[in-house]
Amino acid sequence: MNPAVLTGEHFMTGDVACAEGALAAGCRFFGGYPITPATEIAEHISARMPELGGTFIQMEDEIAAMASVIGGSCAGVKSMTATSGPGFSLMMENIGLAVCTETPCVVVNVQRAGPSTGLPTQGAQGDMLQARWGSHGHYEIIALAPSSPQEIFYQTIRAFNLSETYRVPVLIMTDEMVGHLSERVVIPKAKAIKTVSRPRAKGRKDRFKPFEPGPNGVPPMAIAGEGYNIHVTGLTHDEMGYPAMTVEAQAKMMAQLVGKIRRNLDDIISTEGYELEDAEIVIVSYGVSARTSLAAVEEARGEGIKAGLLKLNTVWPFPEDQIRALSERVKGFITVEINLGQIHLEVERCACGKVPALLAGHPGGTIIPPDRVIEILKEGF
Amino acid sequence: MNQDKKQPGHPLDGLLRTDRIPHIWCPGCGIGTAFSSCLIAMKESQMDLQKTVMVSGIGCSGRGAGYANVDSYHTTHGRAIPFATGMKLANPELNVVVFSGDGDLFAIGGNHFIHAARRNVDLTVVCVNNFNYGMTGGQVAATTPYLARTTTTPAGNPEPAFNLPLLAYASGATYVARWTILHTRDLTESIQEAFLRHGFSFIEVLAPCPINYGRRNKEKALDTMRVYQEQTLIKNDAHPSELDIDFDRGIILGKFVDVERPTCSERYDDTCRPKELMEEEKAA
Amino acid sequence: MTFWRVPLDLGEIQISRGKVHILEDRCKGCGYCIEFCPKDVLEFDTKFNQKGYHPPSVKISDECVNCHYCEIICPEFAIYSVEASAD
Repeated sequence: MNPAVLTGEHFMTGDVACAEGALAAGCRFFGGYPITPATEIAEHISARMPELGGTFIQMEDEIAAMASVIGGSCAGVKSMTATSGPGFSLMMENIGLAVCTETPCVVVNVQRAGPSTGLPTQGAQGDMLQARWGSHGHYEIIALAPSSPQEIFYQTIRAFNLSETYRVPVLIMTDEMVGHLSERVVIPKAKAIKTVSRPRAKGRKDRFKPFEPGPNGVPPMAIAGEGYNIHVTGLTHDEMGYPAMTVEAQAKMMAQLVGKIRRNLDDIISTEGYELEDAEIVIVSYGVSARTSLAAVEEARGEGIKAGLLKLNTVWPFPEDQIRALSERVKGFITVEINLGQIHLEVERCACGKVPALLAGHPGGTIIPPDRVIEILKEGF
Repeated sequence: MNQDKKQPGHPLDGLLRTDRIPHIWCPGCGIGTAFSSCLIAMKESQMDLQKTVMVSGIGCSGRGAGYANVDSYHTTHGRAIPFATGMKLANPELNVVVFSGDGDLFAIGGNHFIHAARRNVDLTVVCVNNFNYGMTGGQVAATTPYLARTTTTPAGNPEPAFNLPLLAYASGATYVARWTILHTRDLTESIQEAFLRHGFSFIEVLAPCPINYGRRNKEKALDTMRVYQEQTLIKNDAHPSELDIDFDRGIILGKFVDVERPTCSERYDDTCRPKELMEEEKAA
Repeated sequence: MTFWRVPLDLGEIQISRGKVHILEDRCKGCGYCIEFCPKDVLEFDTKFNQKGYHPPSVKISDECVNCHYCEIICPEFAIYSVEASAD
């Protein structure tokens, strides 16, 4: 039997690295449904999970998969599902349930081109705003965007850690190219992997309020079967978890759901800069597009253009302050993403009209070549 | 709990979130009685209530979870069963009861029901069938009788209704029963029996909805109860194909299916887990 | 209860006696307990409860046989009976 953490050097796809990251993070329940190009995650976990004492189940659809994941997490087990565009759409309502009930869970979206069935085997980054706003109502959510199999391994672990810390669903918004790309993945020793578990309920069972925030703004979680007799609902609720149909209760609950994320942006947001120090043109990108953007930056630098890359490891919450600060000193931004302008809108919003924010976009199905980024750079600046 | 000191307690108060009583159900609504049966069964079965979880979907019956003083989860519309499936598989020690309505379990959630039955997930599903969508004001459901009036079938329902026990049986449920709230002792006994066995159990409970369904079909709550008294016959082991709800012929009640089959978790352990792991666990 | 024929051992059968408790303010006046009491012990009270419903009241207290049917048919957890001697 293989251990949970497959320490060593491997050559694996992004999808498999994602599965291994989940297992290393302590995920022991996976409710899935096959969909290209995310299927390999479920396939790999279906083989690995039983030997680790966890459970894999292929549910009847993505709605059920997402519901089962929330059920699994409420039973105290770190839980995950993985899907692509059409399945992501079906999961939206229950992602909202996880947000409202503060249930930790991880949802992977290996993006393909849409709308609708689109290009099932070819990648895109068209679900980025759906990740932010796809479930109804106003809420905060965390979304990460890995750009290589090695990154997907670490970001999956980080996704579980953030999810458990803040009791919020965390989305891994990768893409078909990264999911199907085989590269070297180094998995460290189990001891070197930091994993986090949700804050747990303590103290008198008759006085416990399941949605009363703890010291860091996150309520300690009672799991099913511990004797706290908690009630959990997707209705607007008070600190007891009881439905409370008032404007005041709505305001209080929303402040809690939104506040626990907004107060911790420094911990949640992760970006990387390349050649940013003296950059005049900042390329903003994430996922597979960050790789082509890096090549574009190198090419531009070779031609004497002061370009730099801001790579978003966390896409949501959006690094607003960082873009605002950059807009004070750079000549402009180019957002590189495989859609017709999504994160671009955020960059434009944060640039506040101080400097131009351009888009190097693509309708989907393939990557954006570095040359295209250079062209836009030269035309625009 | 905020119990009025002057009033003596009801025997079920320990299992109720009394600080949330009175519940939202209308006068004469049968959900309260079905819920009461469920709580009595939980109490009498001597099951470990700390390890018992109630899961509901959305709708009038879906509010059930909110009144049970055990760990209780009020999920999304139609998704109580997949939520409960995840919970049961993640922690097989839990006793998971799904308490929800016909619209929730058989229209929006119909697909989940048949698959949970097929897998034989160890769940007890209590479905309160009041023939319509009560919470939204009385619309036609997958269980509304042919020609019945609802707010979305003002000229009468043109569609036939599901035979729920047949659907459960055909999908592989290992325990299937149907009672009305008038037959509350039999109902309680059935739910209790279901709690104490392994596998997917399904109990349909016919219940009046006087305000939304009855009113439009010229039936007061007590009229519906009289139908339950006079136009039902108990026929245990009746074949599920005979169980269409036909008021002229009489509604058949009883326990129809009670068979043993390995549960979802048992088969998963047997088929998927390495033998040495299972032996280690047994030894531990 | 009226018998169609009197059981031969009627004299030997111990009939339990019950006392009905009504949690008036939980009642929504559906009348199930009144209608289905096998001993016809209950009736609607003339007074209103907090919510404006007529709760049941005990009409003939010594007739209750503590069968608990009112308790289990009540959708509101508003009525129950206990052994009269234990009260």
